[in-house]
Amino acid sequence: MGHGAMADDLLVATAEELFADTCPPEAVDQAAAGDGWAPQVWQALEQAGMTLLPVPEARGGAGAGLVEAAALLRAAGRHAAPVPLAETALLAGWLLAGAGLDVPSGPLAAAVGEGLTLRRVGDGWRVSGRLSRVPWARVAERLVVLVDVPEPLVLLLDRSAYDVQPGRNVASEPRDEVTFDGAVAAAAAAPGPDATADAFLLRGALGRAVLMSGAAERALDLSVGYAEQRVQFGRPIARFQAVQQHLAEMAGVVAASSIAADAAVRDLQAGAPLARVRVAAAKEQAGRTAGVVARLAHQVHGAIGFTREHVLRQATTRLWAWRDEYGNEQHWARVVGEQALRAGADGLWPQLTSDEERHG
Amino acid sequence: MSLRDVRFPLAALPPEATSLRGEVRAFLQDEVAAGRWVPGVDTWLSGWDAAFSRRLGERGWLGMTIPTEYGGQGRSALERYVVVEELLAAGAPVAAHWIADRQTGPSLLKHGSEEQRQFFLPRIARGECYFAIGMSEPDSGSDLASVRTRADRVEGGWRLTGTKVWTSGAHEAQWFFVLARSEPLGEDRHAGLSQFVVDLHAAGVTVRPIQLLTGAAHFNEVVLDGVFVPDERVLGAVGAGWRQVTAELAFERSGPERFLSTYLLLASLVGHLARQADAGAVAAAQVGALVARLMTLREMSLSVAAALAAGQAPATQAALVKDVGTRFEQEIIEAAHLVAAVEPDPDAAPDSLARRLAHATLHSPGFTLRGGTNEILRGIVARALSAGER
Repeated sequence: MGHGAMADDLLVATAEELFADTCPPEAVDQAAAGDGWAPQVWQALEQAGMTLLPVPEARGGAGAGLVEAAALLRAAGRHAAPVPLAETALLAGWLLAGAGLDVPSGPLAAAVGEGLTLRRVGDGWRVSGRLSRVPWARVAERLVVLVDVPEPLVLLLDRSAYDVQPGRNVASEPRDEVTFDGAVAAAAAAPGPDATADAFLLRGALGRAVLMSGAAERALDLSVGYAEQRVQFGRPIARFQAVQQHLAEMAGVVAASSIAADAAVRDLQAGAPLARVRVAAAKEQAGRTAGVVARLAHQVHGAIGFTREHVLRQATTRLWAWRDEYGNEQHWARVVGEQALRAGADGLWPQLTSDEERHG
Repeated sequence: MSLRDVRFPLAALPPEATSLRGEVRAFLQDEVAAGRWVPGVDTWLSGWDAAFSRRLGERGWLGMTIPTEYGGQGRSALERYVVVEELLAAGAPVAAHWIADRQTGPSLLKHGSEEQRQFFLPRIARGECYFAIGMSEPDSGSDLASVRTRADRVEGGWRLTGTKVWTSGAHEAQWFFVLARSEPLGEDRHAGLSQFVVDLHAAGVTVRPIQLLTGAAHFNEVVLDGVFVPDERVLGAVGAGWRQVTAELAFERSGPERFLSTYLLLASLVGHLARQADAGAVAAAQVGALVARLMTLREMSLSVAAALAAGQAPATQAALVKDVGTRFEQEIIEAAHLVAAVEPDPDAAPDSLARRLAHATLHSPGFTLRGGTNEILRGIVARALSAGER
C-alpha cells in the first residue's frame, strides 16, 4: 500500500536494513547448501509488503512502480538474496495481474511454456510436458506459465501439480526441470495485451540487469575494502597504481551498468518508444560488466577470493550465472544493433534522442 | 556508502529541450545542404570555422548559460547540453569557439572582474572571441603543478616567461588562459600559481604550430618571452590558480565531446551495414554493443551536467565519463575497421567511411590523453573510492 509514494532512498534504506538483518553471507551459504533459498528473507519481505511492489493493489500488490521494484531488486542483488523476488514481482505478478487474476502471496516462479501440451477439461486446463531451467521452481509455492498454443493463456499451477528435478546455476541458485503430467491449472485466463513471450524475456532481462548492477556494486565494494586492508611491500595494495587502475576500471563499468539499468526501468515504466532498446542495452551492459568486474575483483583479491571461504564469490558467481539468463550480451546487442540498422546513418542519432517526453 | 562518488543519478532534460533540439538540427541540416561545411570526426579539435561560430552566436547558441546582462542567453546548462550534443553528432566545425564556450566563459563568469566580464562575455556569446588554454609545458604534462612558466611582478602588471605546449588553436585564437607560477615554488606546490588572460598578439608571444599525425596543425608551442600582462588581465585571485583550474576540469571532462568525437564514424558504419542486403547477426551485434554503450555514456554525461548545473562538483564522476567515454571513442574505430573491412583512406571523399576512418584513426591517440590522461583520471577515481571507504 502506498509504496508508490515512498521515497526511493527510504525504500532503499529499509531494504538494506532488512537484507542486512535477514540475509548475511552465512544465510546465503546456508541457502545454497540446503533448500536453495532463504525463507526468512522472503517472510521479512512479505511482512514489509515488498514482494509485489509493482503489482496493482486491486490484484494484491503494493501498486508501486517499476522504479521502486528495481530499487529493491538492486539491494537484493547487493546482498545476493536467495529469493525469487524478480520472478515474483516482475514476471509472475505481471502475468497474473495482466490476465485479471489475483496474485497470491508466497514465492512464485514464472516461465514461458513453449512446447507444452494443453488439454481442455471442463472449464479448466490440464498441462503436460517439460520445462528446463525454471528459476526457483522447487521453492516457489506456485508457478505461472505463459502459453500461446492452443490459445494465449496465463496458467497458475500449484507446487503440488508438478514434479521438479532440481538443478542449479553456478551460484547454486535453483534452476530446475519441471515436469507436468496432466497437471490441472488452478486458474487460467487470457494474458494482458502486452504479455507476450518477447515481453516476458524483456522483463526477465531487466530484472537480471538490475540484480547484476547490485552484485557488481558489491564486488567493487569488496575489492576496494580488500585493497585498503591488504598490505604488501609495506603498504596497502590500494596504493599501487596497477591496482588503482583495476579499481577505477571496475568503477567505470559498474557505474555504466547501473545507470543503463535505471534508464531502462524509467523508460519501461513510462512506456517510452525506446524502452525495448533501453532494456536490451541495459542487459548488454550488465553482461559486459559482469565479465570485467568478476575478472578484476578476483584479480584484486588474489587467491583468497578464489576460495569457498571468501564472500566475494557470492557476487561473482551470480554475475557469471545471471549474464546468461534471459539472453546474453550477444543476444541483446543484436536487438540494439538491428534497431540501429533500421534507423540508418541519418536516423540513428534522432532515434537515440527520441525519448524526450521524459522531462523532469 | 563507499560507492557514493561513483553513482550517477538519472537526469531529466528540461521541457524546452525538444523544440530547441529541433531548431538546432534543422539549422545544421540547412548548413550541410548549402555546402557550408562537410561533417567530420573530432571537429571540436580540427574544425575551425569562425564564420560558423558567428552564425551560432547570432542564433543564441553560444554562451547560452551566460546571463543576459553579459550578452548571454541566461539558459540552463542542460539546454546548452542539447545544443552541444547536436553540434557534435552532426560533426559541425565547432573548434573556434569550443574552449571559450565550454570553459573560459564559465571561468570568467565565476572568477573574472566586472570589467573582464563586460569585455569578454558578450564577445564569446557572439562567437567572435576565441581562447586557447595554456596548461601543459614541455616538462609538465600530467603533473600540472610542476609548471615553470614564471609571472614576475612589474609596474602595473606582470611579465610572463616560459613555454606552453599542446595548445589547441593558439595559432588562430586571440586570447590565451595561462597558468603560471607567480610565487617561487614552496612546500605547498599547489600554492603560488595564478591564471592570466594573455593577448596572443602581444609583443613577446611566439606561436609555433605542431603537426599531428594527419599532417595538419591544430596544436602549438607558445613561447612567452617577457610578455606584459596588465593587472586587469589577471583571472581571479593571485595565487588561486590551482583551485580555479581544477574547478574547470569537471566541465572539461564530462561533456559529450568525451564520447562523441568519433560518432560520425559510427553513423557511417551503420549506414554501410544498412545498405547491405544482409549485414549478418554478428555485425548487428557489434554495432549494437557500441550503440548500447553510447546510450549509457549519454546518460552518465547528462547526469554530471545536471549535477554541475545544481552547483555540485562531481569531479570523480566527470573523470569516469572521460575514462569510459574516450576509450569508447577508440573502440568505435576498432569496430569500424573490423566490421566494415574498408581501408582507411585520408584522401577519400570527405563524407566517406574510408576518410572518416582514416581521420579518426590518426586522431585517436589524443582522445585518451587530452584533458588529463586516463591513467591519471583512474588514479583520481581510485582515491575517491578509497577515501569514501567505511
